[in-house]
Amino acid sequence: MNSRIQHYIDLITILTQKEMKVRYKSTFFGYIWSIAHPLAFAFVFFMAFKVVMRIQMEGYAVFLVAGLFPWQWFSNSVNASPMVFLLNASLIKKVSLPRNILPLATVLQDMIHFLLAIPVIVLFLFIYHKSPAVSWLYGIPTLLIIQLLMTYGLSLMLASINLFIRDLERLAIIGTSLLFYFTPIIYPETMIPAQYKTLVLYANPLSPLMTSWRNLFLNGTLELSLVAASFVYSLFALMLGYAVYTRLSWKFAEVL
Amino acid sequence: MKDPVIVFDHVCKSYSLYHHTTGGIKDLLFHLPSAVSAIKNSRYEALKGVSFEVKKGEALGIIGKNGAGKSTILGLIAGVLKPTEGRVIVKGRASALLELGAGFHPELTGRENIMLNGIILGLTKAKVLKKLDEIIEFSELAEFIDQPIRVYSSGMLARLGFSVVAHLDPDILLIDEILAVGDMEFQKKCIDKMTSFKKSGVTIIFISHSMPDVKRICDRVAWIDDHTIKMIGGPGDVVFSYAKQ
Repeated sequence: MNSRIQHYIDLITILTQKEMKVRYKSTFFGYIWSIAHPLAFAFVFFMAFKVVMRIQMEGYAVFLVAGLFPWQWFSNSVNASPMVFLLNASLIKKVSLPRNILPLATVLQDMIHFLLAIPVIVLFLFIYHKSPAVSWLYGIPTLLIIQLLMTYGLSLMLASINLFIRDLERLAIIGTSLLFYFTPIIYPETMIPAQYKTLVLYANPLSPLMTSWRNLFLNGTLELSLVAASFVYSLFALMLGYAVYTRLSWKFAEVL
Repeated sequence: MKDPVIVFDHVCKSYSLYHHTTGGIKDLLFHLPSAVSAIKNSRYEALKGVSFEVKKGEALGIIGKNGAGKSTILGLIAGVLKPTEGRVIVKGRASALLELGAGFHPELTGRENIMLNGIILGLTKAKVLKKLDEIIEFSELAEFIDQPIRVYSSGMLARLGFSVVAHLDPDILLIDEILAVGDMEFQKKCIDKMTSFKKSGVTIIFISHSMPDVKRICDRVAWIDDHTIKMIGGPGDVVFSYAKQ
């Protein structure tokens, strides 16, 4: 039994390593891409909302960066997830391995890229005369686990269903880019008009989580209600993803 | 009498033809009644009432035309497919030799791919590390082993793939027409390895279109025709009847 668990761990590690190695292989800038991408977006939003539309806010640049990096992790994983099983068709058809590990490796890989990008957030904090807080020590692991569960649950569901209905590839990309604007990332939650505030903040599963990340990075605070809400959402996503996966997984080898 | 390690008991396997649903929503909406009945009725019978047993240490060859259902049998043994009817019992760990390059990543080196493939096929990292040198030596690819495998020829890929599988210590080895691409010398090496596997009690299921290989390796041969077993028995007889047909 012990060697089974060991094998499980080895499998997750080697698949995540593979994704890490492969992602920027044969590119010149390599890891810099995973920082450059959200930074480029931060720059564009800064130009559009701070310079052109003159949003009334101090430190808008660091505000953007603190929200965009965790979002990048979520959207990268979810957008890639519909293809995960398709790209591993030959494995699924021949080897009886726990297939739910495949999307997990993708999510973990994006998580590691996010962790590697945290120094960039710190750099921005310093530029704006702020500094990391002690609360990061428990805050980051907490939110990390919540986001991991949520992203994995969704990815598992999308990866499974996409084998049967290939439309999800398009839907995932449209969905994440629309959801982005309903999540307080480019605007603070305080700017949402009162009558929509609860809706935007709690009806969108990503809002409590992304808001928590940003408050943690900028002020070192964690609001219990937001953390609790995102935790409930993440458990729900995980159960949903797992239920869909269990229902469909025995048919995977037939449809590929 | 040794116990059977693989039992097929009146196994039927049919697939729904999912391409009707993946044809898109437009097709579905415009031809709703026919589409629904098409989904319900269009099943493809890959295997009909197949029964056989394989004993421990036995090598069973499976021959037959393309699309007869050979690979479905392999999928059922590997545990990636479930039978629609009947029972499949497999005792022990079945390791499949993957088709060329499957489970490999072209951008990774030969060495990295051995690690990846070994772990995917069921070994722990520690075990693969222990066997790494042995695997590389068997593959005779030492001078290319730190090159990304996208520069490998198909023969070299086959070598790498077989070398990993040959060191897995499987209980049951599943081989689906893979050896054709290696050069003569390596093919011989593979056949030798399989013979030594057989001696050490590994059960082998061998799908091939190469009748000489089948005769050389297998103790028994099943001829699959029209999704069912047409003939099963000694390799000489079955291969002879198959060739005559």
